[in-house]
Amino acid sequence: MQTFTYARPATLAEAVATLEAHGPDARALAGGTDLIIRLRDGSVSPSVVVDLKRIAELRPGIRDGDGWLSIGATTVMTDIAADPRVARQFRALAEAAAVVGSVQIRNRATLGGNVCNASPAADTAPALLVYGAEVVAVGPGGSRRIPIGDFFVRSGETTLARGELVTSIELPVPARRMSAVHLRRTRRRGHDLASVTLCCGVDEAGVARLAFGSVGPRPILAVDATGVLADAGAPAEAKAEILERMYAEASPSPRSMRASPEYRRAMLRVLGGRALRIAIDRLAAGE
Amino acid sequence: MSDLIPIRVTVNGRARAFDVAAHHTLLEVLRDDLQLTGTKECCLVGECGACTVRLDGRIVDSCLVLAVESDGGEVTTVEGLAPEGGLSRLQAAFLDEGAVQCGFCIPGQVMAADDLLGRVARPTVAEIHEGLAGNLCRCGCYEQITAAVTAAAEAGPG
Repeated sequence: MQTFTYARPATLAEAVATLEAHGPDARALAGGTDLIIRLRDGSVSPSVVVDLKRIAELRPGIRDGDGWLSIGATTVMTDIAADPRVARQFRALAEAAAVVGSVQIRNRATLGGNVCNASPAADTAPALLVYGAEVVAVGPGGSRRIPIGDFFVRSGETTLARGELVTSIELPVPARRMSAVHLRRTRRRGHDLASVTLCCGVDEAGVARLAFGSVGPRPILAVDATGVLADAGAPAEAKAEILERMYAEASPSPRSMRASPEYRRAMLRVLGGRALRIAIDRLAAGE
Repeated sequence: MSDLIPIRVTVNGRARAFDVAAHHTLLEVLRDDLQLTGTKECCLVGECGACTVRLDGRIVDSCLVLAVESDGGEVTTVEGLAPEGGLSRLQAAFLDEGAVQCGFCIPGQVMAADDLLGRVARPTVAEIHEGLAGNLCRCGCYEQITAAVTAAAEAGPG
């Protein structure tokens, strides 16, 4: 592996100062399951690697707030998947966290890392979009909240500014009863990146949200407020028309080795329809 | 050459203090500096699990952990699962079930299986498959590996 300087800040202020001073020459290290691969293959070559795991303010953990569930940026997938509050209120996020990589990867990979890496295939992204999550970032200018829909730009690129880092991801407890599900398609069962990763949520007011990743440069959220998608009794043709408009947002890369654009679009339809049915069933069952 | 950084790590129950290069992984340090070569280097992208070790109570791919990140921590490698010269019940089950062909993936498989049995005393076949999904076996001994984990679970801890 190429050489670099290792920084282990003890405070958030110190981390921000180091990231700001070095700009694109610094990389933040959380779980390392993406970064260390890229350091080794040379696709990134920072002069400084800033380890965020010894910062007091960034200790991992999930906290209940006033109408929000706050997930610390360094919280690993294993702990998100196992958290009873996440399972109860944000089940699709727990489902997504549970299928990231393998046990070994989930023990290391963090939610903050998953969003900051901004992979189009990030499994937590669709659920975060459906639940209307906000990313809390701290930088030289202080703290700000970024709606998750404004956070992803393209693979590896976010709207974080120089010197900014993510401290937590916060999920608003839905005001209305809402049920969601995460589904994905992989080349093989077990440990693989998704060819399509998708989340669908419906609420008691009839709003349906469908978010999907791995079918374009960034994960996408589409919302249907007509009540048709969420209505178990609505005609299939009416639903298909709305869903087709949503799927039209997908723009899968023809250069990916994982799946062809045709296959991804076909699987998007299969998973989208399936997820919608599951979300409706869960809402009806009060799950 | 990056600077050497002093770290303290407990490895297989023994407290160690030594210097590591910032860009050296835990895998490299275990194998090259501590001569604990049971942990294998293979894919180096976190897909095969041959480098699985326990770090602070949880299994990780040691190829994706910088050695310096383990500072202050506790590492268990396959060499630390049983007293020297002995075998744990799980390791013995791997032999009894014929789960070892070429053997290269086995230290990682055993570490993942040991972790699984620590969390789930009597795992189902589905739980074994999920628990060991991060460990690939090129010889295709999955049936025997699953049987070994089941046998070890039935025999109880030890």
